[in-house]
Amino acid sequence: MSKAILYDATLCIDCKQCEGACAKQNELPYDDKIAAEEVQSEHKFTVVLANNDNKYMRRLCMHCEEPACASACPVGALHKTKDGPVVYDVYKCIGCRYCMVACAFGQPKYEWGKLNPAVRKCIMCPDRVADGRQTACAEICPVGATKFGDRDALVAEAQDRLRQNPDNYYPHIYGLKEVGGTSVLILSSVPVESFGLPTPEKLGETPMPDYTFRILSRIPDFVPLWALVLGGVYWISHRREEVAMAEAMEHGSQQGGTK
Amino acid sequence: MKFKLTFWKVVFILIMLNGLYSMYVRYFHGIGAVSNLSDRFPWGIWIGFDCLCGVMLAAGAFVVTGVVYLLDIERLHPVARPAVLTAFLGYVLFIVGLLVDLGRPWFIWHQLIYMNPHSVMFEVGMCVMTYTTVLACEFSAAAFERFNLVTPLRIVRKAMIPLVILGILLSTLHQSSLGSLYLIFPEKMHPFWYTPAQPFFFFISAVAVGLAMTIFESTLSSRAFGRCLELPIIVELGGALYVTLWVYALLRFEDYFHRGQLAAIFHPSYESYFLWAELLMALVIPLTLLSFKRIRLSANGLYLACCICLLGFVTNRLNVGITSMEGSTGVHYIPKWTEASITAMIIALGFFIFAMAVKYLPIFEDAHHALPVAAPEMETAKAAEPELTLVH
Repeated sequence: MSKAILYDATLCIDCKQCEGACAKQNELPYDDKIAAEEVQSEHKFTVVLANNDNKYMRRLCMHCEEPACASACPVGALHKTKDGPVVYDVYKCIGCRYCMVACAFGQPKYEWGKLNPAVRKCIMCPDRVADGRQTACAEICPVGATKFGDRDALVAEAQDRLRQNPDNYYPHIYGLKEVGGTSVLILSSVPVESFGLPTPEKLGETPMPDYTFRILSRIPDFVPLWALVLGGVYWISHRREEVAMAEAMEHGSQQGGTK
Repeated sequence: MKFKLTFWKVVFILIMLNGLYSMYVRYFHGIGAVSNLSDRFPWGIWIGFDCLCGVMLAAGAFVVTGVVYLLDIERLHPVARPAVLTAFLGYVLFIVGLLVDLGRPWFIWHQLIYMNPHSVMFEVGMCVMTYTTVLACEFSAAAFERFNLVTPLRIVRKAMIPLVILGILLSTLHQSSLGSLYLIFPEKMHPFWYTPAQPFFFFISAVAVGLAMTIFESTLSSRAFGRCLELPIIVELGGALYVTLWVYALLRFEDYFHRGQLAAIFHPSYESYFLWAELLMALVIPLTLLSFKRIRLSANGLYLACCICLLGFVTNRLNVGITSMEGSTGVHYIPKWTEASITAMIIALGFFIFAMAVKYLPIFEDAHHALPVAAPEMETAKAAEPELTLVH
């Protein structure tokens, strides 16, 4: 059963404990200065944003069901585990940063200042998840705004919340169908795009890897065909010479081709 | 040999010193210190120019070798070898550029052991790696001739046709795939440059650029080295370029028409200015110039049309790689001077190595050339020839 995170912005109180727990889990520094940073970076995988209206939004890797980053990576350094997390194998990475360009949510961040830089992003605590535990952010959340569980159960719960308190919510579960579905689901009282997330209309429901794979998957058919055409062109334009050469070979002589 | 300091040599030395300093910053202080790349704009001029344009400008080899060896149009043979040299240099310098851009270039070989067949980048990487090898083999003939190595020369010439076919196959794949790279993030690209037809556009424009580049380098080198210009050949290539540009222009128009973008093109915006710069230089001006027979038949006219056309397609690649993403990411990307100076160094190196190769290897064949299966005696004669004509 695939796991997921449900973030309900209407419950969030902007305590930023998820940020601290995330930093601790990933062995990253965390202090007041970093807490005040309002952008995600290579040392801050999740951030709680606040607008002037006291609405909050948590940003983290969406853990797409069919992640563009994993499809884009030439060496397969990123992949989706069967539990749900999209994880990163630093030892494979060559640093092309195609994952960063490919990600619709701008999640992979880079260690620009390092000499052997790595891509950093939320990896949904894969060790904890594999052990059947919650992610660090969900575990510490004092109000249940970040909830961890089976994706199907969380989707049902999100739909329930929308049904029971329609006035509290903008009527959309962000991540249910966007880019083919994600393992992070977001409920909010305002459209998520006001916090810089791409709109559902822009994202569509087609998994991003489909856009490239529908081209790539034709290559195995295309190569022999094109080779045949090229070979055919050569064969036609050189038929005479080939005949002459074959005859020359038969006779064992050193005749060259005709000019 | 006396070393005389000319204007261009001074420029070259300055560009090299500048570039070397930037390389030092790149490898001792990181990509962040040397470039204006950021989490929001992770690909810049090194991908947009060094990689996209580098590969595009190196397309001459597969076009010309295809015409000469597969269509058997022998009279175009004299431009085949310079085209292969340009391409080989282009790909080697592309790899140099990649070693700068990659965050962990020391693991570039991981491509060979951790394969991800779903990745366009993987496909491009494998094709470029293989194609560079193919070009090295095709070009090795010049070195073998120069050093009079008859046996390897015969082997290379025997293998020429399979090499040419393989080269065209690989080029078709990766030239188009460089366009496919940009298909996976439709939400980030400006609609002017996001089209499902991008791979086809990249391929067709590579053919056009291959032809234009061959004319460009023939003309330029005939001026630089006081060689006589093969005018009938470049006139023929110019005709092919004219047709290819029309095909490309028509397809671009249809694409914009079907995606309902025609009105937006004429609406002034940051993106539409860049699009117009691209379309004017790549299509409108060259097509207008080439439509005059007088220009199509003149060396200067062709040279001018090709220069503008090349600039236009360079703009096209930079638009796809940079301009198209500025709006969605909210970043106005301008390369840092150190970032640009590495690119400048790579271009300067290209010109320098090309000049050296022309000076010391039999690149431009003059009156005659040998067929793929020529007798060894002819090779000996040919190998001795460049020493007389090219080394002063």
